[in-house]
Amino acid sequence: MANSKKRIPTNHIVGFLLSLVMTIVAAWAALQSDLPVMWIIIGIMALAVLQAGVQLFMFMHVTESASGNGHVPWNMMFHGFALAAIVVAGSLFTMSFGFSHDHGDNGGNEQHHEQHQEESGY
Amino acid sequence: MNIKALLVDGDPLIYGAMVSIGLVTVAILFLLTYFKKWGWLWREWLTTVDHKKIGIMYILSALVMLFRGGMDAMMMRVQLAFPDLGFLDSQHYNEIFTTHGTIMIIFMAMPFLIGLMNIIVPLQIGARDFAFPYLNALSFWAFFMGAMLFNISFVIGGSPDAGWTSYTPLSGAAMSPGPGQNFYLMGLQLSGIGTLATGINLMVTILKMRAPGMKLFHMPIFTWSTLVTSFIIVFAFPILTIALALLTIDRIFGSQFFTLTGEGLPMMWANLFWMWGHPEVYIVILPAFGIFSEVIATFAKKRLFGYSAMVWSMIIIALLSFLVWVHHFFTMGAGAFVNSVFSVSTMLIAVPTGVKIFNWLATLYKSKIEFSVAMLWALAFIPSFILGGVTGVMLGMAAADFQFHNSYFLIAHFHYVLIAGTVFACFAGLVYWYPKMFGHKMNERIGKWAFWFFVIGFHVCFFPQYFLGLDGMPRRLFITNVVEWLPLNVISTVGAFGMGIGFAIFVYNVYYSYRHSERETTGDSWNGNGRTLEWATTTPVPYYNFATVPHVDEIDPYVRMKKEGKTTFDEPNVKPIHMPSYTGRPFIMMAFLGLASFGLVFEWIWLAIVGLIGGIIFMILRTYDYDEGYYVSVEEIKRTERKARGL
Amino acid sequence: MSEEVKTTGPLEYRTNEGQMTILGFWIFLGAEVVLFSTLFATYAVLFGRTADAPTPAELFEPGTVLIMTFLLLTSSFTCGLAVHEMRRGSVKGLTRWMLVTLVLGLGFLGFEIYEFIHYAHEGATIQSSAYWSGFFILAGTHGLHVTLGIGWAFALLHQISKRGITNVTSRKFFIISLYWHFLDVIWIFIFTSVYLIGMVL
Repeated sequence: MANSKKRIPTNHIVGFLLSLVMTIVAAWAALQSDLPVMWIIIGIMALAVLQAGVQLFMFMHVTESASGNGHVPWNMMFHGFALAAIVVAGSLFTMSFGFSHDHGDNGGNEQHHEQHQEESGY
Repeated sequence: MNIKALLVDGDPLIYGAMVSIGLVTVAILFLLTYFKKWGWLWREWLTTVDHKKIGIMYILSALVMLFRGGMDAMMMRVQLAFPDLGFLDSQHYNEIFTTHGTIMIIFMAMPFLIGLMNIIVPLQIGARDFAFPYLNALSFWAFFMGAMLFNISFVIGGSPDAGWTSYTPLSGAAMSPGPGQNFYLMGLQLSGIGTLATGINLMVTILKMRAPGMKLFHMPIFTWSTLVTSFIIVFAFPILTIALALLTIDRIFGSQFFTLTGEGLPMMWANLFWMWGHPEVYIVILPAFGIFSEVIATFAKKRLFGYSAMVWSMIIIALLSFLVWVHHFFTMGAGAFVNSVFSVSTMLIAVPTGVKIFNWLATLYKSKIEFSVAMLWALAFIPSFILGGVTGVMLGMAAADFQFHNSYFLIAHFHYVLIAGTVFACFAGLVYWYPKMFGHKMNERIGKWAFWFFVIGFHVCFFPQYFLGLDGMPRRLFITNVVEWLPLNVISTVGAFGMGIGFAIFVYNVYYSYRHSERETTGDSWNGNGRTLEWATTTPVPYYNFATVPHVDEIDPYVRMKKEGKTTFDEPNVKPIHMPSYTGRPFIMMAFLGLASFGLVFEWIWLAIVGLIGGIIFMILRTYDYDEGYYVSVEEIKRTERKARGL
Repeated sequence: MSEEVKTTGPLEYRTNEGQMTILGFWIFLGAEVVLFSTLFATYAVLFGRTADAPTPAELFEPGTVLIMTFLLLTSSFTCGLAVHEMRRGSVKGLTRWMLVTLVLGLGFLGFEIYEFIHYAHEGATIQSSAYWSGFFILAGTHGLHVTLGIGWAFALLHQISKRGITNVTSRKFFIISLYWHFLDVIWIFIFTSVYLIGMVL
């Protein structure tokens, strides 16, 4: 019945350590660093995608050949995430006029929480 | 709970509908009891997991829904041709155009096509059944309960009246109080979940259960269109699920997604709705393309021209379908840049569609066409659909769209693509595969009458609407006594009744053929012109489909099988066949979830919880279910096949 | 069809039915990605629309969120270990690691419930503004998935304790492991794009 001889699951341990490190780096970048906001956002989103990759490839066996399912699981994940990007970015792109309405003249970073107060009646 | 408060009152049309619903229900109950058919109904239909029976139930439900949606359409046309008659009041008119649109798309077009897929796809790829027969039954009952829930709305509680797109803020709690919109939300939610499950089911079936040797690029084109459609379903329906859930939570639990208070953004609904809604259009048109391809190849007696170009154009259409949603609301005000991007992506879709049109024409070129009824529907499709497609490109130009938007030009456009595409395909497919389903053909002579009435009626009805639109008549309008519009409106109404007569003849044909058509003796019903594996089975198809599955290594494998005298009954190689057991659980589980949805419609949370608990109990029962089905013995297969093949 | 049973490879892949069910679940996960992406899109578009309610930067606590993240990350790891033990044929190892996973999952849920109650106390509820509707439904849908997963996993542990590791039970367990890892993937994105970005902006 035993079909895996390995006692120590190296893959899992490496994956776990990697995801811990990436989480800590992301949290540090967002909470402690003085990097420009745009860079932080791009950086932590990239880290999130990498972490998702760790889960998919190291924990979820997405490309396991024994499954007999070929490249289909990978394919579904790829298209799922591609479409997710389209849905999120596309919605922001399409609905962007809503922002300019709400936040006046800038798409700025810190100010808009105070900004919208006066317009909340809309 | 006061029953009188629940029932809709005040309109003689609705009282009439109530009485007829009551009478039909009593009649059905009486007939079932009188002929002692309750056991038969339960054993053969309600508990079935056989893809062929589920497909038949889908198609029957779709025909009933076509009747309902068609009645709505004719009532609208009467109102528009005789605006001074007072036939409908404005509220009733709003309800009718809403239910007409919703029913035709969600409860007619989709189940009709899914029904055909159910029956045909496993037969085309040489499979025993779906990958997950239990899930398939669950999907059907989800659709059925959703459709019933939506349809009872016009006698209990009141129909939704915010259009089939249900735009917020009109459809929000503030402006549409009461259960009407909730019927829309819950009915679509329930059947949408069923559709999603079918999409997954079909994908696995096609990817994993093909006959030995059959590569993806050996599959019949209808199976290909189903695979591509399933891909779109899997990725588009979750968007609808969420959009409906958010609006439901808005309405019932007071959240602020699409409201005018709390800085909600009503236009986000349009964005989400069309992110699903545009792919949905391709979900109903791609299988139609698949059906026409099969019909045209069979009756032109040639292999389909440009098989791989056909497949690739479908794949490209599927990918593009997710990139064009904004063209449904160019006028929202997203700005020139956003509109330009989506205008370009919209027009790109015309390219792969054009490829398909030319491939059909090239298949017909220099062939010996047999003008059977199925082929007539396919031939009528090509020019009619081009009219719809070309006006679609006109609508796709963002600047011009500001003129066309929300006018009858738009109405004419999408009826030209959806009727000439999807509805013609449903009729063509039903006629074409009818002998496989029921063991006899539909009468060709009566079928031609139905065809001509419907097609001429269709053009008379919708062609004038392009001009009504250009003359400025807006859609969803209740009073139209503008003198300039009246003649075209009257012509249009005449056409609508022509379509109604065509449909009535079609339904009569079902009855007539049942009584009088010759029973089929071979499986290859169309004069031996079948090209794909479904025609290799006997008629009627045995419940296990294939005694032995042939090895396939080319497109249209049945052509060579016939030449070499091979069948799907290779007697020495018959092995026991594994079959799933019938079960009543999908029906009961979905009845519970239907009850929960009904509770949510009226915001009776206790009833929703009761229904939900029932549903969860059946999910738990399912995970503890280790029933592995049964085997059909070799003797039984041999006996069945010998009898069917007259050996 | 399903009578051809392979004799090598992981148990869950040996029958055609096992392969198909796992493939079907992958396709379902593809649908789930889109489902959550719609919630993310709604959240992103509604970002900043807090009306009179407090802003996220005022309410989010880095400490709680980091604890929740580590709980879920670790549970994903231990869930992977449970599958590893399953493939070695050890019911005991599987059960032990899966119980650890579920305890961590319950811990995560506890923190999430505490967090929601705390926010409601501060005046941010599902009804208070578009932004908070988006937040609660996004995080809440994930929480609901976790809850369902925990119940489902207990039912499977019960079945495995009665039937041992067979072709069928291993397939079922492999699927819940996919589900559990997937919920971690979603949480990573919630952690990053909701909490971290919410605290940055």
